Amino acid sequence: MNVNGNSYTYVFSVVMVVLVAVVLSVAALSLKPAQDANIQKEKKQEILKSLGIEVTRDEAEASFETYITDQLVLKGGKLEANPETPAFDIKMADAVAKPMDEREVPLFIAERDGKVFYIIPVRGKGLWGPIWGYVSILSDGYTIAGATFGHKSETPGLGAEISLPVFTDQFPGKKLAVNGAYQSISVRKGDAAGDHQVDGISGGTITSVGVESMLNDCLQPYMSFLLSRSSVLSAPEGAALSDTLISVL
Amino acid sequence: MSQATKTEPKEALFSKKNVKILKDPLNESNPVTVQVLGICSSLAITVKLEPAIVMGVSVLVVTAFSNLITSMLRNLIPNRIRIIVQLVIVAALVIVVDQILKAYVYDVSKQLSVFVGLIITNCILMGRIEAFALANTPWKAFLDGIGNGAGYAAVLIVVAFIRELLGAGQLYGYQIIPESWYLDNGGWYSNNGLMLLPPMALIVLAVLIWVQRAKFRQLIEN
Repeated sequence: MNVNGNSYTYVFSVVMVVLVAVVLSVAALSLKPAQDANIQKEKKQEILKSLGIEVTRDEAEASFETYITDQLVLKGGKLEANPETPAFDIKMADAVAKPMDEREVPLFIAERDGKVFYIIPVRGKGLWGPIWGYVSILSDGYTIAGATFGHKSETPGLGAEISLPVFTDQFPGKKLAVNGAYQSISVRKGDAAGDHQVDGISGGTITSVGVESMLNDCLQPYMSFLLSRSSVLSAPEGAALSDTLISVL
Repeated sequence: MSQATKTEPKEALFSKKNVKILKDPLNESNPVTVQVLGICSSLAITVKLEPAIVMGVSVLVVTAFSNLITSMLRNLIPNRIRIIVQLVIVAALVIVVDQILKAYVYDVSKQLSVFVGLIITNCILMGRIEAFALANTPWKAFLDGIGNGAGYAAVLIVVAFIRELLGAGQLYGYQIIPESWYLDNGGWYSNNGLMLLPPMALIVLAVLIWVQRAKFRQLIEN
């Protein structure tokens, strides 16, 4: 058999391509359910982490059911009664590509130790790829309770530090509004002060700037809703809080 | 070479020659420090020890199996399209490895993210397939793949060890330098931030090559 003949070469390439395609499709299809389950659990894990609840990926499912009391969809700052996709399944990558008024964005409501928290997903661009995160907000509608960030491919040791406590621990207590008007968090180079600034990562400037514009862009669509909601809620305190919330919903 | 081995009496699995194939890439013909292949990825992922180890193991698996598969097919591959065939084999293996990591060891696969893709572009793979697997029997090619993968992994681990220790004061994510030594806590020590940047990887690697050549003088070119 002439291994270097034209017809053999053609036959060999065709057989090879078909074989490899079959192998890869079988691998992709058979592993997809396990991969998707991992991604879902990780999302739940991240949402809980923004509340300061650390769970392993296997526990995430059950804890999520315990703490998350409601999942809403907002559009143009208002509650959307008939969303196209359920809140949990909304892809933030698609949502942030749209103008702010046309976005359908999810809002998760959690209850922990009798207190209500709002959890907002955020997504933006880092240096090498997408960055994302979850910001939890106290029931006053503008004080940050916690934040967690993730990234696809930021530089380890530099931009990737946004997902570490060194960076995220700065967020609790920061404010997103001044006198009822929205004001986002800015990321500073080492001189952060006050309620609206955090320190960035040295050597990770582009990622830090990415976090700043991500927060600015993604938190804004929620603010009018959260601020008006919190003024409704601010009257009754304590145990009545969750009942009021349910009636408002 | 392949014809020669066929007529010889059956060779022991770990004969002297085979052990040499396995051991040489660890030092005398190390793919990174001697042949200077795969430099790009060794610079990119040696900031921390953990990704360096995972990357080293992944490359080892891919070099071993791409060498093995290519060697089994070596008499069937048309010469004119052999590079394409090699690329397809390597790419398919990398994708399968990536998918398996994502499904069963999700946390590890997250750390590898971009690095898995980089395995395809690693010169060591194509280099070993071209130079060795195409001309040798599958078992020898397999050993050669493991040897070269291990040689690569060893260099990554040494460089990452130095960079993580001096750059972040940690090893494998655990704090090694006592917190009380740091300037912030009233001590005298400060991490060397330069260690975390790519140029320092090149310098650390160059020092490594220097040390190796000083010790094994036969490696020095005229």
